[in-house]
Amino acid sequence: MITLTHYLVLAAILFAISVFGIFMNRKNLIVLLMAIELMLLAVNMNFIAFSQFLGDTAGQVFVFFILTVAAAESAIGLAILVVLFRGLRSIDVEDLDSLKG
Amino acid sequence: MNIMTWSSLNAGVATPEIFLLCATCAILLIDVFLSDAKRHISYVLTLAALVATGCLLVAGYSLQPQLAFNGMFIADPLASLSKLGMVVGVILMLVYGRGYAAVRGLFRGELFTLTLCALLGMMVMASAVNFVVLYVGLELLSLSLYALVALQRTSSRSTEAAMKYFILGALASGLLLYGMSMVYGATQSLDVFVIAQKIAHDEANRLLTVFGIVFIVTGLGFKLGAVPFHMWAPDVYDGAPTLVSQLIGSAPKVAAFAFIMRILAQALEGFAFDWRSMLMVLAVLSLVIGNVTAIAQVNIKRMFAYSTISHMGFLLLGIMAATPGGYAAAFFYAMTYMLTAAAGFGLIMLLSREGFEADQIADFRGLNKRSPWFAAMMLIVMFSMAGIPVFIGFFAKLAIIQALVGLGLVWLAVIAVLMSVIGAFYYLRVVKVMYFEDPTDTAPIAAGADAKLVLSVNCLLLLVLGMAPDRLLTALTTALQFSLHPGL
Repeated sequence: MITLTHYLVLAAILFAISVFGIFMNRKNLIVLLMAIELMLLAVNMNFIAFSQFLGDTAGQVFVFFILTVAAAESAIGLAILVVLFRGLRSIDVEDLDSLKG
Repeated sequence: MNIMTWSSLNAGVATPEIFLLCATCAILLIDVFLSDAKRHISYVLTLAALVATGCLLVAGYSLQPQLAFNGMFIADPLASLSKLGMVVGVILMLVYGRGYAAVRGLFRGELFTLTLCALLGMMVMASAVNFVVLYVGLELLSLSLYALVALQRTSSRSTEAAMKYFILGALASGLLLYGMSMVYGATQSLDVFVIAQKIAHDEANRLLTVFGIVFIVTGLGFKLGAVPFHMWAPDVYDGAPTLVSQLIGSAPKVAAFAFIMRILAQALEGFAFDWRSMLMVLAVLSLVIGNVTAIAQVNIKRMFAYSTISHMGFLLLGIMAATPGGYAAAFFYAMTYMLTAAAGFGLIMLLSREGFEADQIADFRGLNKRSPWFAAMMLIVMFSMAGIPVFIGFFAKLAIIQALVGLGLVWLAVIAVLMSVIGAFYYLRVVKVMYFEDPTDTAPIAAGADAKLVLSVNCLLLLVLGMAPDRLLTALTTALQFSLHPGL
């Protein structure tokens, strides 16, 4: 029997992976964008699990909003990435070092 | 199951937002048909839309909270007054930034529509009483700001700043959402008032809620730029075009205050004991790190970024007090800081010209010899930020410290005062540079008469409000009373 706890633990693991992906990744910006998507999906998992086990549909409605906003968010993220690549000729996280102080 | 009808939506309550949305769409369309030479038409239309939104807000102001959209949206005094503040902040940004944007090729339709979208997001945030609406408003604001930071496409500094802002902003949204999902799981509701009720009746799962609060406070810390989640702020302020730095540094702080009030003070009031200690840590760290690091800065935009961090520490101290007095002091702080920061960035843009950013503290050398009037205006802004009496910043800090002392948290008040003294050092350094050093740059000030006039009024307002702070403070206190405890 799969219980609420199983779903929550899975979501927590996904969430932790994505946070580590953002902080540990020193190489590729696209991986960072993937980590951000994974983070939102982990949250969605949480909302759906709660919604199902509590018998309340509001959580599933929220998931639709998160999915839509996530699409807009990755569109903007990729757009910034393209502009950045034009100037920098690189998508390495380590090359983002011109601002310091 | 309640049936939704047009009248049950009560959409009239959201008239300012609906008007702003329609105006934004209209400006977006009109701008497409304008040539670059006629771009000032969309600028004037944008300002007209902002002024009309402000008028609608004033006309619709009422002390009694009104719900709309089946309890997802509220128009209460807290929302209305903070929206009025945001509208003023955005108008100031457009007026100060016009010349700056024009010589850098940023004076385009994107600037206006994205700014209006950001404002719409802020207004939705201030009025939202449902987690879904709060999130949508926040994202509307954030997504517009990411794009605005990257507006100067050819500058790799701008795009780098946008990328950093985007990643940390998205991380913050993720943390906030994760926290919201936990609170949803604990209370079975996304509605601010229902959550508050369930918590008051002890029907919420305590462990889940506290777990959620940790994530919510972390997400809010990122968005506010509170230490230890502040690393994006200096880079973004520095890399973004100055008018966008001004936008980020002014109006969204008021929106963030309203957002925090909705989540922490209204929905999670019953867990005040838990979030207060978290906010206290964030506030003290922000005050210390913000003020101490600002001393080392030579770039005035970076200095403003660290100074914002320390001001957010003060703001959090007021919210942390969790008393009506503390909330009112924090509201007062957010509103007056919005005005002060707008004036500060406005002065940087005043000194800038084509190919010259005026973003180093050294660029202010001998300003008194070049323009005694604007040196005096900068003096007012710096004194107000430092919290020197008679200027408004002093009363904002005083109100927060009074709230803390009223709670018996004298040690926190002492830390806040000590850090303000340290902060005075770097503000006064700018004053010293302006008055006691010789100018290295003798070019005349290129800004237009409109920017000069509004900037002077803005700066003098800091002085005038400082002489009579009571009325504003009383108005904000009453507004909060009616918003947080409508029954009284």
